[in-house]
Amino acid sequence: MSTLIPSKFSRRAFIRTSSLAGGGMLIGFNLFTACKPKAEMPIDISKLNFNDFNAFIKIADNGMVTIFAPNPEIGQGVKTSMPMIIAEELDVPWNHVHVVQGKLDTNNYTRQVAGGSQSIRFGWDPLRQTGATARQMLVNAAAVRWGVESSECTASQGIITNAAGETLGYGDVVKEAAKLEVPENVGLKDPKDYKIIGSDASNVDLDEIVSGKPLFGLDYKQEGMLYASVLRPPAFGKKLESYDDNVAKAMDGVVDVIKFGDKVAVLANTTWRAMKAKEALIAEWSDNSPMESTAMHDKKLLALLDGNEFNTLRADGDVKKAFKEADNILERTYESPFLPHNCMEPMNFYANVTDERIHLVGPIQTPEGTANRIAEMLDRDVADIELEMTRMGGGFGRRLYGDFALEAAEISNLAKKPVQVVFSREDDMTAGIYRPAIKYRISASIKDGQITGYHLKEASINSNMYGLIPNFFPAGALENYQVDVAKYDSNITTGAWRAPYTNFLSFAEQSFMDELAELLDKDPVQMRLDLLQKVKGTTDERIQYSAERMEDVINLVVEKSGLRTPKDGVYQGFCAYYCHNTHVAEVADVVIENNKPIVKKVTVAVDCGIVINPLGALNQIEGGVIDGIGHSMYGNLSFEDGTPQSNNFDRYRLIRMKEIPKVETYFVKNTLSPTGLGEPALPPAGAAIAIAIHKATGNRMYKQPFVDQLNKKELVG
Amino acid sequence: MINLEQRFLTFQFLSRNVIKLLTQFKTKMPTYNLKINGKSQSVDVSADTPLLWVLRDHLEMVGTKYSCGIGQCGACNVHVDGSAVQSCLLPVAQMEGKNVTTIEGLSEDGSHPVQEAWKEIDVPQCGYCQAGQIMTASAFLEKNPNPTSSEIKNAMNGNICRCASYSRINEAVAVAAKKMK
Ligand code: FES
Ligand code: FES
Repeated sequence: MSTLIPSKFSRRAFIRTSSLAGGGMLIGFNLFTACKPKAEMPIDISKLNFNDFNAFIKIADNGMVTIFAPNPEIGQGVKTSMPMIIAEELDVPWNHVHVVQGKLDTNNYTRQVAGGSQSIRFGWDPLRQTGATARQMLVNAAAVRWGVESSECTASQGIITNAAGETLGYGDVVKEAAKLEVPENVGLKDPKDYKIIGSDASNVDLDEIVSGKPLFGLDYKQEGMLYASVLRPPAFGKKLESYDDNVAKAMDGVVDVIKFGDKVAVLANTTWRAMKAKEALIAEWSDNSPMESTAMHDKKLLALLDGNEFNTLRADGDVKKAFKEADNILERTYESPFLPHNCMEPMNFYANVTDERIHLVGPIQTPEGTANRIAEMLDRDVADIELEMTRMGGGFGRRLYGDFALEAAEISNLAKKPVQVVFSREDDMTAGIYRPAIKYRISASIKDGQITGYHLKEASINSNMYGLIPNFFPAGALENYQVDVAKYDSNITTGAWRAPYTNFLSFAEQSFMDELAELLDKDPVQMRLDLLQKVKGTTDERIQYSAERMEDVINLVVEKSGLRTPKDGVYQGFCAYYCHNTHVAEVADVVIENNKPIVKKVTVAVDCGIVINPLGALNQIEGGVIDGIGHSMYGNLSFEDGTPQSNNFDRYRLIRMKEIPKVETYFVKNTLSPTGLGEPALPPAGAAIAIAIHKATGNRMYKQPFVDQLNKKELVG
Repeated sequence: MINLEQRFLTFQFLSRNVIKLLTQFKTKMPTYNLKINGKSQSVDVSADTPLLWVLRDHLEMVGTKYSCGIGQCGACNVHVDGSAVQSCLLPVAQMEGKNVTTIEGLSEDGSHPVQEAWKEIDVPQCGYCQAGQIMTASAFLEKNPNPTSSEIKNAMNGNICRCASYSRINEAVAVAAKKMK
């Protein structure tokens, strides 16, 4: 049914090998960046040097393989899946390969970023090509040694065998292999021959995690290091006027108090002392810009939706005309609040700024950009910076922003001491870079029982959806289609949050589709399938999703969830969504218990191409679905006088063990290139449960968090 | 001493000199003798310091995690005399004479049945909450070796996992119960 997507770039342009002084061979290659599909690669190999690569594999003379990878691990499992891909093509047992997290040596690692579920998508080709190239070079070296043709030799599990049955280990020939030409044409394996890809592999840091070894940013310790607790403005829009640190300075363990910008840092010899002394600072603040509130945001965003100040991101046909000629129009508004990321490991970073160098250690999703900003801030050469990435106790987008690393560097620079900035939970929740509050208004025009037009309007805080989103479903399926966006500039900091925009847009759009099907008296699944028919064979290159792949996940979820054979007392909500290059369909089962809707089960069908590590993939999908349910049901950060109204888990509800449904996942089996899984399972979950709740209670959900609405309504079981 | 200092907080006009005087008479930190993972440890810290920070910053045992600091998430759970408790809420002064077990001391080599089950099920995502989860589960299973599924959910409800690895936690506790027999 599916075909293998051929690799689109030349091998020579991104692989270079060299011998290692201590024996063994080093292969430089590029992950994620210089290898974007379709990119022309006019690079002269002879001019490439090792600084042009961002990843390396080392094959030691005992045959063990180390990948020096730049990609930060944020729990999405790439530290496991990357070695699996290399091991597959190199043909060694996968536990002979391990990953070493690269330091940000700005000369050697460029463009390191984890986010957008792109790691595996962009890593797939270079990792396979590098593994296959190395294997071929080892085989060639063995062939030279034996004086036979390399085509007569085979390699498997780290052993090369010739026609006569003689064997050599990779380690035996690695020295010679390193001196050979990089071969031009190296075959990649047929997916049906995969031994490692597609089999279950556990998290590579598993032993360390379950025994409590230091892995995370907060676990980092250094001789002489001080802990910094930072007092930041108590509200967005406030500036520091003055402060009194007499009491704080007199407290046990306090070494220094440092003002920087509108913030004051207390440096102490333990985290606890620093946090306590911060509470003893007395500060005066002034209001320099309007103090914002949730009520004000609601007003502003609704006014934007009612107004005419839009940016049109995509317009097909004539939506205005379609609406004018309609016999019926459905219009609905969907609303979502700000959300903090609430990574379990609060933000933190270590910095030691000296005249010689700048040493930075901590959990960060954007090491390169952060190093550049620090160099600029301190007016230093970026080459002075050495940045080490630790494991991250969650990211969800928050650690894309290096604000905490910049704070650490600035404080260390002023104090002339090594410091670790530690956010308390309260700091973390109130000095966030939040998922912005967004409202969508969707309308559809109907004529003769058919959908003739679709108009999506977005009103958001600070920024609008990125340019690809207007080309997601139902773009292409409707002749008259328009996406308009508008924003309100706020002084509250906002940014990416797991599955940016789609985390809420999916709920709005798919809830609307369900209501539209109800209005048209159509089966909601069939209505989606009918719309998809119109996208098949489209010549519109902007369209992002595949109608065929969407159809596959829809059919799979319908079959596995029993949607066509309903059970008494079980109310099912169906949703299908594409984002982050992955197609997902979900069906939520809701029952009524004690007059309340309870989500019992979610059936998930996923097309993410080849599944590299099913065990890890299932974990990502389950996590995404439950995260999606948790935040749709409970997530809410409101503002009053510029101040976030929740600052810790006692006033911010996260989903817990007793509230989780069973998640059952099914993969569409194909041999297409793998796509990411860190995000795509989240967006459909909110819609699937909202639709099921409607079936169970008769109440449509238009506003997140649902729990507010569910607590208000008298529910009928 | 700190309470005294904090009381002065209300008197914002307090002069720098008075404070200087105050600090000159700071008493030496009290010494606490703790029993952690079967070993005696003594630390010089102020009485209000939570056990969590004594472990992490004074003894450099960082397996016990900080996340909320107010007893809401369970990331900091340790065993005190066999029960799982939130170390962020326990002042060190109350710890004398008690047996404290942390994730580092649950087993020598990560071979406690709960740790084994965690590995078998491949529970962690980011992994940050897992030490606390394991400490909660291991204390619970000592007391209730034959838990029902809803007893497991109740026992684990105090531990937040932001990555939502809940189903696997649930499954791993059941597997661990079998292993402990
Ligand atoms: S850190 Fe102690 S319960 Fe959260
Ligand atoms: S595994 Fe990330 S918080 Fe639990």
